[in-house]
Amino acid sequence: MALRSPSAPKQDVVISTRVDKVGLRPALLRNFRAGLAVVAALIMLLPAVWMSMTAFKSRPDAVSVPPKVFFTPTLEGFVSLLTDRRQLSNTELEDYKQRTDLNWMDKLALKRGQAIIGWSEFPKHLRNSIIISVTSTFLSIFFGVLAAYAFSRFKIPGESDLLFFILSTRMLPPVVVTIPIFLMYRALGLFDTHIGLILLYTAFNLSFAVWLMKGFIDEIPKEYEEAALVDGYTRLQAFRKIVLPQAITGIAATTVFSFIFAWNEYAFALMLTSSAARTAPPSLPSRIGTGGVEWAAIAAGSLLFLIPAIILTFALRKHLLRGVTFGAIRKG
Amino acid sequence: MSRIRLETISKTFGEELALSKVSLDIQDNEFFVLLGPTGAGKTTTLRVIAGLEKQDAGHVYFDESLVDSIPPADRDTAFVFQQYSLYPNMTVYENLAFPLKSPLRNFDAADIDRRIKDAAEKLRITHLLERKTARLSGGEMQRVSIGRAIVRKPRVFLMDEPLSNLDAKLRESLRVELKHLQKTQEVTTLFVTHDQIEALTMADRLAVLNNGKIIQIGSPDDIYDRPASTFVAQLVGTPRINLFETEFAGGKLHSLKNALEFDATGLEPASKTLVGIRPEDISISAQGTFHAKVVLKEPLGVETIVHLQTEDNKLLAIVPGISHHQIGETVKFEVNSDRLHFFTTEGERIEAKGVAA
Ligand SMILES: Nc1ncnc2c1ncn2[C@@H]1O[C@H](COP(=O)(O)OP(=O)(O)O)[C@@H](O)[C@H]1O
Ligand SMILES: [Mg+2]
Repeated sequence: MALRSPSAPKQDVVISTRVDKVGLRPALLRNFRAGLAVVAALIMLLPAVWMSMTAFKSRPDAVSVPPKVFFTPTLEGFVSLLTDRRQLSNTELEDYKQRTDLNWMDKLALKRGQAIIGWSEFPKHLRNSIIISVTSTFLSIFFGVLAAYAFSRFKIPGESDLLFFILSTRMLPPVVVTIPIFLMYRALGLFDTHIGLILLYTAFNLSFAVWLMKGFIDEIPKEYEEAALVDGYTRLQAFRKIVLPQAITGIAATTVFSFIFAWNEYAFALMLTSSAARTAPPSLPSRIGTGGVEWAAIAAGSLLFLIPAIILTFALRKHLLRGVTFGAIRKG
Repeated sequence: MSRIRLETISKTFGEELALSKVSLDIQDNEFFVLLGPTGAGKTTTLRVIAGLEKQDAGHVYFDESLVDSIPPADRDTAFVFQQYSLYPNMTVYENLAFPLKSPLRNFDAADIDRRIKDAAEKLRITHLLERKTARLSGGEMQRVSIGRAIVRKPRVFLMDEPLSNLDAKLRESLRVELKHLQKTQEVTTLFVTHDQIEALTMADRLAVLNNGKIIQIGSPDDIYDRPASTFVAQLVGTPRINLFETEFAGGKLHSLKNALEFDATGLEPASKTLVGIRPEDISISAQGTFHAKVVLKEPLGVETIVHLQTEDNKLLAIVPGISHHQIGETVKFEVNSDRLHFFTTEGERIEAKGVAA
C-alpha cells in the first residue's frame, strides 16, 4: 500500500552514479541500445515514408522500375485526388493552352491533358470521417467514463455479470454481424447517415472505454472524493473537481484508441454508406481510377488521412505514454 | 461545536462485523479519543459519523438532531484521513481553500485568504503554501491535512490516526500542537489512534474499542487505574502491566509456585484469579518481601526498566534513574498492594471491596 501512495514525495530522477553504470562499456551499451531503437523505428516508419514520397511523385515516377528515391516533387497526386477532371480533345487542348485564367491546379491537370470540372468527393469524405470519429469518440468517452465510475465506486447488483456482458460485445469479429446490421439500418433509415455510423462506432468503442476507464478510476483512491464529500461537495462536484483531473491520463489513452478505431474502420463504412455519409477509408480505394492505378493520388489520400490521427496522438502523447504504462508503474 | 451521540451503531461488511452496538456520547468541545488495535473498527466509526458509511442499525445525533439520512456535505464535519488525504495536482494553498470554496459556504475571497493564512500560521506551513502537495514530506502533508480541517469551524473534527505515519519527534510536537489547537478552537474532536500514549496524553475522555465493541469509556485516569479488562490493562501503559495467574488459599492469593503472595481481603474466593501489577508499582529495595533475579536492564535515562525473574514469573519493574543492580544479582522488591488489579480468568475486572483502589 505504502508503495502506491501517490501523495508520497516524488523522487527526482537522478542519473545513477553507480560505478557499473558510468563506465565506458555501459555507455557503449546504452548507445547501442538507442541505436537499435532508432533502427527499429526506421524500419517501422519505412512504409509511411515511402507513401509520403509517392504522394509527391508524378505518375511516371510513381510506377517507374526500379523505384525512384530521388525525383522532382509535384502536387499532381493531390490534384487528382481532390478534383474531378475530364479528358480534353486535341482541339480543346490547344484552346486551353492559350488561356490565362488557369490556376496552378488547372495547369497541373493540363499537363496530363485534363481539365478540372469540380471538387472530388474526397474532401467531403474526409470531413465525414472527422465528424463521425470525433462524435463517436466523444460519446464513447463520455458514457464510458460515467459507467466506469459507477462500476468502480458503487455496489451494483450483478456487477461482474454486467461487465462481462459489456465486454462480450467484442467477442466476435464485428464483420460477422455486417449483414444483420445492414438490414437493420436499411429498415431504420440509418443507412448512409452520419448518425448511423456514429451509433455503431460508439457501440463498439463503449465496451472498450468502460473497461479501460474502470481500470484507471479503480486506481484513484476513493479517499480523495470522500474528502471532497466531507468538505462540502456533492458526488457530482467531487467527480468533476477531483476524479476527472486525475483520470485525464486514462481519458487521453482511451480517446486515442477509440478515435483510431473509428477513424480506420473500413468494412462497416463500406457496407453502410454510399455517398452522403461515406468516410475516407472506403473512399480511398475508389480513387484507384479508370485509366490505370493512380498511385500518387492514393498515396496523397492516405497521407491526408493520416494527418488527423497523427495530430491527435502527438497532442496526447505525454498522457498516452504514461497511460499505456500506467498499471505497470503503479503496481511496481 | 456540537455534541455527537452514537446510539447502538452496528455495521457489517459482508460477513465481517466491523461495529457491534457502539454507543458514544461526546460532549461539546470535548477531546475524545478512540483507542484500539488495527481492525477494531475505529475508522468505520469515524466514517459513520461523517456519513461516508451508512450504519446497519443504530442512530447518529449531532446535538439533538438525527443525522442518519443527511449526506456528508451537509453534516459539516472535518475529516483528517489516515492516508491519501491531500488533493494531488493542487498546491497546499488550493488544498486549504477547497473546503472554503464549497458551494455550501459563501466566504468571500478575502475571507478565504485570511483563514488560510491563519491556519497556515498556526501549523507553521506558511512557507509551503505555493508548493504542490506531491513535494511535501510526511510531516508537512499531515499538517496540511490538519490545516484543511481547521480553516473552517466544523461541528466536529474527525481525525483518523493523523500522527501515525510520522517519526517520533514530530509526533510528539504535533501532539502538543493539536491538543493546544483543539482547546483554542473549541471544536468537538474525535481522535482515533492505536497508540496508547497518544490516547492518554491527549484525551479528555477516551473509549477503548476492540473487535467492534466498546470495552471501556472513561478519563485517562479511569482507563489506566481501573482497566475494565485485561485487554485494556495490557493496551495502556508501557512497559506493559505484569499479569499472572494466582490461586486462592487461606484468604490469600498465591502465585503458582508461591513466589508471590497477596492479601485477598474483599475478594470473592475463586479458584484462579489474574493479578495485574503496573511496573511502577514494584519497588526494588532491601526491605522488600519478595525476591527475584535481575535478568535484563533497559536504561532510558530518566528511569530504567528492570526485568525480574521470580521462581514462577517474569516481572517488569521501573526504577527511577539509572539502575545499579547487576544482571544476575538477586534483589528484594516490594509491591504496592493498594494498586493491585484483579481479573477473572476470562479477563473481567474484579473490584475488591474494601481494598483501596
Ligand atoms: N470497506 C470495507 N469492506 C470490508 N471490510 C471492511 C471495510 N472497511 C472495514 N472493514 C473491516 O471492518 C473492520 C474494522 O475496520 P476499520 O474500521 O478500518 O478498523 P481500524 O480503523 O480500527 O483499523 C476490519 O475487520 C476491516 O477488515
Ligand atoms: Mg483505521
